Amino acid sequence: MRSLFYVLTALAVIGLAFWAYRENYRTQAALSQAEQLQHEIARTRQRLRVLNAEWAYLNRPERLMELAELNFDKLGLLPLQPYQFGKIDQVAYPPEDEMLPILNPIEVSGMEVQEP
Amino acid sequence: MIRTPLRPLARILDARAKGENPDAIERENIRIRHEQMRDRARMRAEGRLLVLGVMFFCAFGVIGGRMGVLASTEPSEPRSSVAGAQILAQRADIVDRQGRILATNFETHSLYAQPPQMVDPERAVEELVRIFPDLDRERLTKDLTGKRKFLWIKKKLSPEQKQAVHDIGEPGLLFGPREMRLYPNGKLASHVLGGASFGREGVHAAEVIGVAGVEKTFDERLRDPAHGHEPLRLSLDLSVQAATERVLDGGMKLMNAKGATAILMEVKTGEILALASLPDFDPNDRPRAPTEGNPSDSPLFNRAVQGVYELGSTFKIFAVAQALELGLINPSTLIDTKGPLRWGKHRIRDFHDYGSEMTATKVIVKSSNIGTARIAQMIGIERQQDFMKRLGFFEPTAVEMVEAKGGQPLLPPRWSELSTMTISYGHGLSATPMHLAAAYATLANGGRKVTPSLLRQPAAQLGPRVMSEQSARASMTMLRKVVSEGTASMGEVEGYAVAGKTGTADKPKERGGGYYDDKVIATFASVFPAHDPQYVLVVTLDEPVETSGDEPRRTAGWTAVPVAAEIIRRVAPLLGLRPQIEPGELAGITLTSN
Repeated sequence: MRSLFYVLTALAVIGLAFWAYRENYRTQAALSQAEQLQHEIARTRQRLRVLNAEWAYLNRPERLMELAELNFDKLGLLPLQPYQFGKIDQVAYPPEDEMLPILNPIEVSGMEVQEP
Repeated sequence: MIRTPLRPLARILDARAKGENPDAIERENIRIRHEQMRDRARMRAEGRLLVLGVMFFCAFGVIGGRMGVLASTEPSEPRSSVAGAQILAQRADIVDRQGRILATNFETHSLYAQPPQMVDPERAVEELVRIFPDLDRERLTKDLTGKRKFLWIKKKLSPEQKQAVHDIGEPGLLFGPREMRLYPNGKLASHVLGGASFGREGVHAAEVIGVAGVEKTFDERLRDPAHGHEPLRLSLDLSVQAATERVLDGGMKLMNAKGATAILMEVKTGEILALASLPDFDPNDRPRAPTEGNPSDSPLFNRAVQGVYELGSTFKIFAVAQALELGLINPSTLIDTKGPLRWGKHRIRDFHDYGSEMTATKVIVKSSNIGTARIAQMIGIERQQDFMKRLGFFEPTAVEMVEAKGGQPLLPPRWSELSTMTISYGHGLSATPMHLAAAYATLANGGRKVTPSLLRQPAAQLGPRVMSEQSARASMTMLRKVVSEGTASMGEVEGYAVAGKTGTADKPKERGGGYYDDKVIATFASVFPAHDPQYVLVVTLDEPVETSGDEPRRTAGWTAVPVAAEIIRRVAPLLGLRPQIEPGELAGITLTSN
């Protein structure tokens, strides 16, 4: 009887140790995954900020003014003038044309992660 | 263990045979047995003490070891409880009122060297000088081949430069990550933004601190990790600011001015939509503060909030508005304008001779110094002081820029009656264009004080009342007439009913002793549309001269006014302001009989 008790206790200790180790490993794995995700979020945010900065840089008023001047033949853009305000009933419905095709799409997706 | 009997039979019998006392044997055995028991007990106690000692030693060892580890390791973030917002703790962005970026961060690298690890310092120096032509070859050679263990070579590298340095293949050249402040719009709004530089620096990171403008005023807010993801929203509008700066720059060059400033402010909220001061600079590469010469000639000088000038006739409307408020005059009261007006040994003159009498409206429209001085005499010293104080001319403006504190108005040391008269037409009291904009906004806001602000305001301000609605309204009508039939006729912009007042003040000599004859500060303070005031625009040109006529013209009507009109023409549509037909003046109805 007593030896059976010893055997059972030993088995219980082994079992509990196994369980505890497994939980520990799982926690460690979850933690490192969370850490990795946070790094990924940080990298993506960083990338987003860079893209935003680039967008702001490309859209800086100085550059847009130069572009409008360079492409005046094609676009004919002038500063907004007071007489250009109209009323809504002066506007004719536009013909249902197709949108202009996009010829040179630019990759801006932040999904792919570049490993440094 | 075999237990020894206390009375072993063999020894007892032997002792009896010899006639000895057998009890001695028993006592002897008991003694031996007690000694053995005592030794065993001592052994056990000593063993226990030893175990206890070992236990204590281990416990203290563990605690001490842990303390040592904690003290000697780098602190690390707790892994399991990091909230999402603070993941990337960076300096917050600054955006305009529509969320367009004015300042953001950019990841870059710094370059440092550890000479002891270098393989071929001479070659490294050659290559570095080839990549960065601004480096000093001799100095670098001395540093890299000498005894130094560490030195910074470059604070910021572009990715191309980094690759080029990497390609040298020198193990002693190392990169540290750096966060860099980037102003994508270049010179735009440079005086508002100020600039940033590095504070404490380490190999792995460096503090970015604001050095001027809103970057410095809101430094703590921008650095606070809790707000890292919320951008600081200013009241500026990027496109309006760009248009204002462009027109002002063109106007400054056309009018041969050495400096210019423009402030566009919303009347009801006090939000500053555009603030330009020329010449300007690029905050990405902020120049050093000048160590000699006049600081106001430096591009870093913000004329709008730091430039304290006598603003000339733009002040006249304050005297007239106060006289209206006090009931001393009404717009059609006749004022004596016979000149010159003598006061002690001083004489006050007008630009032209306007005859002996004019109505109060005409005094403003024609900008008569004598007429305004007479009105100021009616008001008196104390009431004028009180009014100017309530308009905010006694302390620096509350704009959220560190430079604004430098714009302390210059008041006359002794406020005599002569001071009252000269201040009424804008001489003897110097203030910044921002003060003027705030005071005009107060007039335009129906007499409630407006405090200028660079932050987006959630609602209209409800400041203390400085004057009654009627007086403010009557002043606006007079200002409208200045543009429609007076000194600022070039300021007429069709559809926007501009109201305003010109001011041309001679510049005082820097070393004292009177005024220059040929150097002026030309100011135009305007409000539009006059019938429903929404925006205040103040344009100041420093030393303008208009040379299209036979003789050079310096008055504000010829210099600042056309520039301001062009700004309004460009900016008003951007603000979404539709041109409107000005409502006609209502015919005055007088009660003649009951």
